[in-house]
Amino acid sequence: MSLSRAFFAIIRRDLVLALRRRSEVANPLLFFVLVITLFPLGIGAQPKLLQAIAPGIIWVSALLAAMLSLDSLFRSDFDDGSLEQILLSPHPASVLILGKIIAHWLVTGLPLLIVAPLLAVFLGMPTHSLGILLLTLLLGTPVLSLIGAIGVALTVGLRRGGMILSLLVLPLYVPVLIFASNAVEMASSGLPVSAQINILISILFMALVLAPWPTAAALKMSIN
Amino acid sequence: MEIKPGYRLEGDDLSCIRDDRVLFEELAFELVPGQVLLLEGKNGSGKTSLLRILCGFREPDTGQVYWCGDAINDSQYYADMAYVGHLDGVKKELTVLENLKVSLALGRPGQYSIQQALNKVHLVNYEDVLVQALSAGQKRRLSLARLLITQNIVWILDEPFTSLDKQGIMLIESLMSEHCAKGGMIVLTSHHDIDLHGVDVQRINLP
Repeated sequence: MSLSRAFFAIIRRDLVLALRRRSEVANPLLFFVLVITLFPLGIGAQPKLLQAIAPGIIWVSALLAAMLSLDSLFRSDFDDGSLEQILLSPHPASVLILGKIIAHWLVTGLPLLIVAPLLAVFLGMPTHSLGILLLTLLLGTPVLSLIGAIGVALTVGLRRGGMILSLLVLPLYVPVLIFASNAVEMASSGLPVSAQINILISILFMALVLAPWPTAAALKMSIN
Repeated sequence: MEIKPGYRLEGDDLSCIRDDRVLFEELAFELVPGQVLLLEGKNGSGKTSLLRILCGFREPDTGQVYWCGDAINDSQYYADMAYVGHLDGVKKELTVLENLKVSLALGRPGQYSIQQALNKVHLVNYEDVLVQALSAGQKRRLSLARLLITQNIVWILDEPFTSLDKQGIMLIESLMSEHCAKGGMIVLTSHHDIDLHGVDVQRINLP
């Protein structure tokens, strides 16, 4: 019995599932694109202002898109009993759950990285800060999935957990939002950003190590 | 593959309280290889709650469940048990084969290959069919096939005969007899009378 085989089987399973229910995957991405394209329309012809708030717009939209996608993380597994089977596996539940979170990020977080440069140009962000924007998204969006997983695990057993979920999870997203959007802003004005990036890296590693464990524990409570 | 004797599933002084209502208390049992434990009782008497306690999903309000003398959370129990609940635990967007492959990866390979297990539950030629296209009875047989492909000693079955036809019920009964003959143990709830020849069946009647 091999743990890595089980880990990759879970990732593969969730990716195949995502491929077969594309609308669920496309929804957060579409939301991300729509929110960002609405800002220039709302603000009007003020390119300077738009350029100044672009990092914030992109990161707040990414945060909300991540929130929107969270419910799909455990919902269907909870409803059809697959979650019980995963938790009953002799393998450590936290590792299998980490597999699920990684698959979820690949499906909902990674696509944001692909469209973000396009939207950044659209908002008039200077091209030399695009690299830093991508880097913050690469480091930050996995944290959103990891922290969000704890919140979903706690609320998946409730019939209407959506409201509580946002109240639980959004405050925990704030550090990522602050450091990431600040880094992009600094990069736009040509200042060094290594401090913010290092903090984001440490947040990512801390979430990677610490989040799966309470998530698994919370899921065990939820299926009770 | 014979299961070695010496395994033992015990419940000691178990009780379950739900919403200030005592479902059962001071419940004790001991199950040894080759035995079946049948839980009987009317709806809402706590059969499923007891099964979920035996799965470790729920903590008993008093008492403890032991596997080979150790509390289940401190033992090898989860490597030795398999559970089929009233939810099938299969993904409807995956094919029959994909579902079983995931189950196999989550456990240890057991006595039958996936092909042999599908043969046993009469689902040959359904390998590449999406589960959402299966009937309720076929889904049930698929979730029971999981018991055959992974290595396990204790089967915990919540109403395994739901939505099965006569042949299906006879099929599952024969699989259960076979499992017990090899030294396995089964805990189940059922509204049907079960007909297991030569198997030692203990009954617990929940009031």
